[in-house]
Amino acid sequence: MAGASAQRAEALEGDNQLVVAGVSKKFGGVTAVQDVSLEVPRGAILSIIGPNGAGKTSLLNMISGFYKPDTGRIELAGLDITQKKPSQIAALGVARTFQNIALFSGLTVLDNLMLGRHVRMKAGVLSSVIYWGMAQKEDIAHRQVVEEIIEFLKLQDLRKQPTAALAYGLRKRVELGRALALDPKLLLLDEPMGGMNQDEKEDMARYILDVNQERGVTVVLIEHDMGVVMDISDRVVVLDRGRRIAAGTPDEVQRDPAVIEAYLGATKGGGRT
Amino acid sequence: MSLLDSARTDTLPKLLQRNAEESPGAAGIREKTRGVWQTLSWADYNDNVRDFALGLASMGFARGDKLSVVGDNRPQLYVAQLATQALGGMSVPVYQDSIASELVYVLGHAETSVIVAEDQEQVDKALSLKDKLPNLRLIVFDDPRGLWSYDDPVLRSFESVVAAGRAFGKSNPDFYAKELAKGQADDIAMIAYTSGTTGNPKGAMLSHRNMIAAAEAFIEVNDTKAGDNWLSYLPMAWVGDAAFSLGMALAGKLVANCPESPETVQRDLRELGPHAMLAPPRIWENMLTIMQVKSGDASPLKRRVFEHFRALAERCELKRTDGKPLSVAERLGLAAGELFVYGPVRDQLGLRNARWCYTGGAPLGPDTYRFFRSFGVNLKQVYGATEASALISCQADAEANPNTVGRPMPRIDIRIDDNGEVMLKGPNVFVGYFKQDEVTRDTLTGEGWLKTGDAGFFDKQGHLVIIDRAKDVGKLTDGSAFAPQFIENKLKFSPFIREAVAFGHEKPMVVAMIAIDVQTAGTWAEKKGLAYTSFMDLSRKPEVAAMIGEEIAKANATLPDVQQVKRYLLLNKELEADDAEMTRTRKVRRRFVAEKYAAVINAFYSGAKQVQVTMDITFEDGRKSSLTTEIAIHDVVAGQPARKAA
Repeated sequence: MAGASAQRAEALEGDNQLVVAGVSKKFGGVTAVQDVSLEVPRGAILSIIGPNGAGKTSLLNMISGFYKPDTGRIELAGLDITQKKPSQIAALGVARTFQNIALFSGLTVLDNLMLGRHVRMKAGVLSSVIYWGMAQKEDIAHRQVVEEIIEFLKLQDLRKQPTAALAYGLRKRVELGRALALDPKLLLLDEPMGGMNQDEKEDMARYILDVNQERGVTVVLIEHDMGVVMDISDRVVVLDRGRRIAAGTPDEVQRDPAVIEAYLGATKGGGRT
Repeated sequence: MSLLDSARTDTLPKLLQRNAEESPGAAGIREKTRGVWQTLSWADYNDNVRDFALGLASMGFARGDKLSVVGDNRPQLYVAQLATQALGGMSVPVYQDSIASELVYVLGHAETSVIVAEDQEQVDKALSLKDKLPNLRLIVFDDPRGLWSYDDPVLRSFESVVAAGRAFGKSNPDFYAKELAKGQADDIAMIAYTSGTTGNPKGAMLSHRNMIAAAEAFIEVNDTKAGDNWLSYLPMAWVGDAAFSLGMALAGKLVANCPESPETVQRDLRELGPHAMLAPPRIWENMLTIMQVKSGDASPLKRRVFEHFRALAERCELKRTDGKPLSVAERLGLAAGELFVYGPVRDQLGLRNARWCYTGGAPLGPDTYRFFRSFGVNLKQVYGATEASALISCQADAEANPNTVGRPMPRIDIRIDDNGEVMLKGPNVFVGYFKQDEVTRDTLTGEGWLKTGDAGFFDKQGHLVIIDRAKDVGKLTDGSAFAPQFIENKLKFSPFIREAVAFGHEKPMVVAMIAIDVQTAGTWAEKKGLAYTSFMDLSRKPEVAAMIGEEIAKANATLPDVQQVKRYLLLNKELEADDAEMTRTRKVRRRFVAEKYAAVINAFYSGAKQVQVTMDITFEDGRKSSLTTEIAIHDVVAGQPARKAA
């Protein structure tokens, strides 16, 4: 099923990898996202910025299917995914990382990455039991993909380490690896550099650029470090209190008076992290 | 009959061709990538060398041209070197951790026209030097990672050169065979730049004859078999790696194995279980430290078992070296220990298959040495020099001894000069320094004797003993000889002392600057409940200074009175190759250090209790900054060691 719809998605692929059109979401009386639209051209890096509570993560959650929007429409490469389940969206090639690392801390780096391949695995419980050879062959093929990622992210010496034992920056890198294991066309990164020091941030920025350029993955990124955002993004969308207040190239956005005001206002109102 | 007597086997690439013809399917070289050991057979290895050579030739590489490789040990980099030699060129391996300003000297001096770089990091360095290297025509990269946005026309991928070579080979079918046949034993195979403890690096030209002769001699006196595994983890620019991973591997059909990354060496070593191992003392010491830390973390029962068998093994080893017989109980104990402790420990260290292990480059502490010997590791000493194709003398299995460097290898003559300098003559002695005739004349006498620059003597057994660098041996003001390295090595046997630099030439007493080992000293401080933040902070703790003082007193107890260290200080940073204080092979550049720390040395002898030091620090990317601090000078309290050393 997933295979068939993925094929259709490919056939329907337009110029935009992702289109979000007039999406709103309310939680009780609170409007988290209000009438937000954005377009992500294939192969681009788009950053979503904004003060705390602007609705960035909620928007990401709607794209990855964790929340259903109240109104509006989300299209992945021309295919309407508004009402699809997270697992279906993942199978269509959308991978994400989380603001608060969500790895299986008891499992090794390798196992965490292998888990990322799960949606791509075809052998079910039954076929694994009946014909072990096929499942094993598949396992080897997946391991190969994972080993490429391990090399890509320079995790060779950490393969057999439980992720709980790793430093924070490394865990973030492993999480990126797990997202990559899904072989995504669209990668959603929720604060991939949060809590990192300058060196780790530079490394991560490098990895994101490499993922984008070498693997041709479209990236949607939420990030607070403006230096990084302005450096690596092709386009920037600014949210404030659930609304889109600006969009454009990093240069345009930086000069936008609405953006400046939103940021200064937010700083006065208690600051952002 | 020597390999050099036949025109079919008198160069390194010809030896590769022979191996490919005689054992095409057997493993030739191996590399761990993506978690799996991937093998190239001798035939594949030879094909790769041929195709890469043809690719280079198609891009205008001619006889006598120089190619540099820079990166961690990778089959592609060995392939590139052999391809160069097959075309009658010279390979110039350079240290992968060199900063750009060091590289530019070597690459410029060697007139390198092609650089084969492992990855983006090395490509960046090479590109940054492009304008300063008039001969440079081509930069070949192995790992394309991160290079997607590079469009410099001098850049080519390794595969594209190989592909060009295949195409060139189709239209010129016997080109390679002809070029290979033109090669002769006396052609220069490589220029090995010695990092040199003084002045600029010097390029030692080694011919195929040098390298093959050294390999043959070594194989003659050491137990090696075709197909033996060897871990190629030491820097490719160090002549020792070329001697083993190229010379010996090709002459003896040994398999060079490249680890996955520098971080995984220890794990790869254990997985591979090589048949032989060469490591500098610091790696042996590191292994011992790891064992001690692990046994310290084990359950009390395991720890007691370990300690019991360790003590037994050391007792028996001492008896054995004294030639005393072992009792039946001791023999039984050793057998049980082999089963429960020694075998598993060797397995953990990756030495379960190792028939012999060598340590060289610097003396190894007798305690470390005895530990490995007693645990059944056949650890021996080897002595060599770049100018002697890495190998001069080594010990036979029955004659292992931490105090000597063994007997000269076959066909090598050694004599001791009147002033005590070790001189040698043999087919492994190099051709000369590249473009430095004057230095060559200073090093190589008219009759072909190589001055090693080391002071030494032969002991009663006929073993060579090395004391120090001849030019470093000085005199104290009372006229007694002062051999700084000899003293420093005694100091460095302490696990808490990472580096020591002793002074005393034309001075009334011996003093020493100590760089603490931040790991062991840090653990010690933690156990004592001392909080510290950094190397600098730790080195300023009076408790640490007192502890190091006791360590020095212990070392002093093994030294004659006049040679004993009287005053010392703890450096607030490690000695660094990036700061030019050490060579890339981690030897102290004594003269440079003496100049840099002149103020400190004066303070030592003026009796000051403190000295102000301004230090330049070079960061990895070449940025510099300076730091001014006060460093305390301490007196070694004589006769107060915790326990007298034997």
